[in-house]
Amino acid sequence: MKYLLLIHQGDSPTPRSPEAWATLSEDEQKGVFADYQAINQTPGVTPGLGLDVPEMATTVRVQDGKTLTTDGPFVELKEAVGGYLLFEADDLDAAIELAARIPAARLGGAIEVRPVVEW
Amino acid sequence: MVTTLEQVFRDQWGRVLAALIGFLGDFDLAEEAAQEAFAIAAARWPRDGIPDNPGAWLVTTARNRAIDRIRRDRTLATKTRMLQVAEPDEAIVTPTTFPDERLELIFTCCHPALAVDAQVALVLRTLGGLTTVQIARAFLVPEATMAQRLVRAKRKIKAAGIPFRVPPQHLLPERLVTVLAVVYLIFNEGYGGRGELAVEALLLGRALAELMPSEPEVHGLLAMMLLLDARRDARFRDDEIVLLAEQDRSLWDEARSPTDVPCWTEPSLCTAVAPTSCRPRSRACMPMSRATGPRSRLSTASSPASPRRRSSS
Repeated sequence: MKYLLLIHQGDSPTPRSPEAWATLSEDEQKGVFADYQAINQTPGVTPGLGLDVPEMATTVRVQDGKTLTTDGPFVELKEAVGGYLLFEADDLDAAIELAARIPAARLGGAIEVRPVVEW
Repeated sequence: MVTTLEQVFRDQWGRVLAALIGFLGDFDLAEEAAQEAFAIAAARWPRDGIPDNPGAWLVTTARNRAIDRIRRDRTLATKTRMLQVAEPDEAIVTPTTFPDERLELIFTCCHPALAVDAQVALVLRTLGGLTTVQIARAFLVPEATMAQRLVRAKRKIKAAGIPFRVPPQHLLPERLVTVLAVVYLIFNEGYGGRGELAVEALLLGRALAELMPSEPEVHGLLAMMLLLDARRDARFRDDEIVLLAEQDRSLWDEARSPTDVPCWTEPSLCTAVAPTSCRPRSRACMPMSRATGPRSRLSTASSPASPRRRSSS
């Protein structure tokens, strides 16, 4: 089974918001990096890329052949996806265990585990 | 003792279905095959007599039907593990080759990735053998709603890759809490008057105690359900609830009391009892020590003393 793990940062501090990031001790900050590195090196994981904040996003729709471009997405900042990774695992339990190891999950964010449909 | 057909069906449904799901890896296919096998039995057994091992007979028959079905419909082949398995063996499965996979089934049905409503419905459908109509009626929801709930849950088990297994040791404690909570929720729905659900919960509790004899919480839950059930007749007078202190004790059914539960006779099992969630409000009446189990999500939602609760859809 293949799963896409969507990382919702929620309230979790990231280096992109220096103030929040500073609330973590240096050890905690190192721990976050070390944990992400360990996850990316876990067998079965295809690391994803980090995403910039949703304010930087542009939403595109096509209506009657015209391209409509708007600023930002229509999600709460807290619900926005901040990153993702792909995980090839035997079953959902394995994916849940990996998700629980992602720092955002314990720092106020959440991980959405979605099975990938293979055609 | 004369064993009626209905009794055999009742006793065997959960085990037969669990074995078939384990073998076929598909809930729907397993259910269809089991139903077909039970129908054949209903036609044949009154004429030929009930076989020595009715469960094994049913599994063999259902398995062969499922294999036939897959052969007829080759597109199904890719969806099951079946065709990687050797040619079907026409011989009757012996009790040793008929594994009891009810535990795998209940842990699968009670996986935390499924909503509680879905867990309850799945357990009643697969292990209890209740029809969708019966489950819908018990939970006061339209039949279509319940059917939809079951379909969605079964689809999720398959699509999300929920494993068919007893969880490994490090996951067992938290997963067992979910299973016990579901059994207790079923009992609690029955406690407010729908006795058939309480009976179902007691059957599940007994099966769990038999399958996990060294889990204290399982025995604790069973003992508590038996105790509460024994006092069922004294709980209402003219449709008014009667509190424990005012109950007519001659109405308590001692025969239904949990005298044979290992919780009483095995000191080692008395260190922990039912989860906090499963503790009735009045503890004075329980011959149990302190309840020490973890809190579960049911802790505030339900208590045996609370009035009948509607399950949300």
